Amino acid sequence: MESSAAGAPHALLTAGPDARRRKAVNRFMEVVSTAAAVVAVAVLALVVISVVIKAAPAINLKFITSNPQVSPFGVNTGGIANSIVGSLILIGLATAMAVPVGIAIYTTEFAGSRVSTTIRFALDILNGVPTIVTGVFVFGILVLGARQSGWAGAIALAIVELPIVARSAQEVLELVPNSLREAGLALGLRRWRIVLRIVLPTAVGGLITGSVLGVARVAGETAPLLLTSSVFSNLGVTTNPSQAMPNIPITIFTLSESAAPQDHAQAWAASLVLILFVLLLSVTARTFHERSRRRLRG
Amino acid sequence: MTASTATVAVRSGLADVRTKLSDRIGEPALRVVSGLAGLLAVALIIWIVYTILHDAHLAISKFGVGFIGSQVWNPNANNGVGSFGALPFIYGTLVSSFIALLIATPTAIAIAIYLTELAPQVVRRPVAILVELLAAIPSVILGLWGILILGPFLGNHLEPFLKSFLGWIPLFSGTPSPYGMLNAALILTIMTVPIVTAISREVFETTPGELKEGAYALGATRWEMVRMVILPVGRPGVVGAVILGLGRAFGEAIAVTQVIGNATQIKASLFAPAGTLAAQIANEYQSANPGLGQSALIYLAGILLVISIIVNVIARLYVRRVRVR
Repeated sequence: MESSAAGAPHALLTAGPDARRRKAVNRFMEVVSTAAAVVAVAVLALVVISVVIKAAPAINLKFITSNPQVSPFGVNTGGIANSIVGSLILIGLATAMAVPVGIAIYTTEFAGSRVSTTIRFALDILNGVPTIVTGVFVFGILVLGARQSGWAGAIALAIVELPIVARSAQEVLELVPNSLREAGLALGLRRWRIVLRIVLPTAVGGLITGSVLGVARVAGETAPLLLTSSVFSNLGVTTNPSQAMPNIPITIFTLSESAAPQDHAQAWAASLVLILFVLLLSVTARTFHERSRRRLRG
Repeated sequence: MTASTATVAVRSGLADVRTKLSDRIGEPALRVVSGLAGLLAVALIIWIVYTILHDAHLAISKFGVGFIGSQVWNPNANNGVGSFGALPFIYGTLVSSFIALLIATPTAIAIAIYLTELAPQVVRRPVAILVELLAAIPSVILGLWGILILGPFLGNHLEPFLKSFLGWIPLFSGTPSPYGMLNAALILTIMTVPIVTAISREVFETTPGELKEGAYALGATRWEMVRMVILPVGRPGVVGAVILGLGRAFGEAIAVTQVIGNATQIKASLFAPAGTLAAQIANEYQSANPGLGQSALIYLAGILLVISIIVNVIARLYVRRVRVR
């Protein structure tokens, strides 16, 4: 190509000898790229549709509102109300810990660039720690020598959630126009007032949606809970976080390892509840996130 | 909203100038709070590494570095004391992740090219969101799908098919089975495609327009432009994305333990059950004896932690290099 461009200009205007081949290759690669996108979307559809179809026989209002009841044959005929309550409490506690810390990290408008680079690097590493290792860590500091508890589970989830929340907070806070900060400075405001009264209120929409994305991510996390909140003594609703709390991901995991088809039906139904929760949160948060980011960009 | 917030801030700001006392408390207070939060993030990493090494101490002092090269994993050996080695799990981790990325990388690059160059403007965002939603599916659900839907399909159809055509290659020999390395690799593929796609797309979008136009002006077809401009320019970013995906695949415990069959063995066949570092921890933490058995599992976690820190540092350096540019 380069030689023909350098040599004869008119060669560019007429089709070269290999024009047909080049066009065919181009067409082929376009089809391959499009097919890859179709396959990816199809896999998503396949998984979601399988969950919906397989869950249909077991899902009903009773499944969501009643506790597990183990029949004389050892088969669960009840629902997963205790897991739903447990999951909500665990996620709530984790978010209550992760979100303030995650946002506080990026109010470090005071910090020098070297400090903030270090913190950012630490968050990246933290984000890359496998969640099962996070589980082992919390197991080591809280469960070993004591016992599993809702607190241990919530802290493990919070460690997973922290870098996600901090990352999106950083992104949003960096979008707050500097002119607003400078307006505050020009009026003689101290930095803490600028942060609390100007920067955070301006970014609040983005901060909320970023946090919701964090919630969506940890709602399905199983590995951190496996070592911290997975062994339950009762089948009822537990609201005391000092005990191990039943939760949806662990319930699905346990049922999926069972050999009984009834258990599998229950696992699918629990999956449907979880997947609806996670996908709804992700889609709404993503939509709003995009909108608030666009608004900040102006 | 922005304008009104600013107005409110300006108005209240004028009043605030007079209240100096609150400034004297508020300014250092916010400094301390955000400083502590930042410190916590850094301290957490150190704390995690310390705790894991500390709790693995028993196994580390007993087996030393030889743990990494040993193939034995028998909790009942030596009258219940147990004898442990990590090699089968390191092998399983590397092979399953490698196969996953082998499939995921070209797929993800193709999707990213479709999304940045080919797709009509209206479908770009929806398709990008759908691909990213694939990453939002909880791994335990993907694992359930892997056990009950993908597994039977592999065991009854795909693996016998591969065996009849490619059975002379050791990878495709052996007995077809719903659980095993292939199933784990495919589940990991599904998990890593969205990650690699998202970053690659971001990287491709930053390709300077004049370079693309330059290629077109020289008469390049769309694919030639992609091959000669977008791919070379975006290469460091894509490499970073692939390494990040690798980190994710290495660390996935739940979905892998559900589908890989949890066997302590090194087999050439992809159909055979195997194990990974993360999956082994998830599979055995409950039955491990509180002494050496537990410590050996935490040793596995330590190896996994070290690998994932190294992988992530390398990946971030690559991705950052592109962002900076």
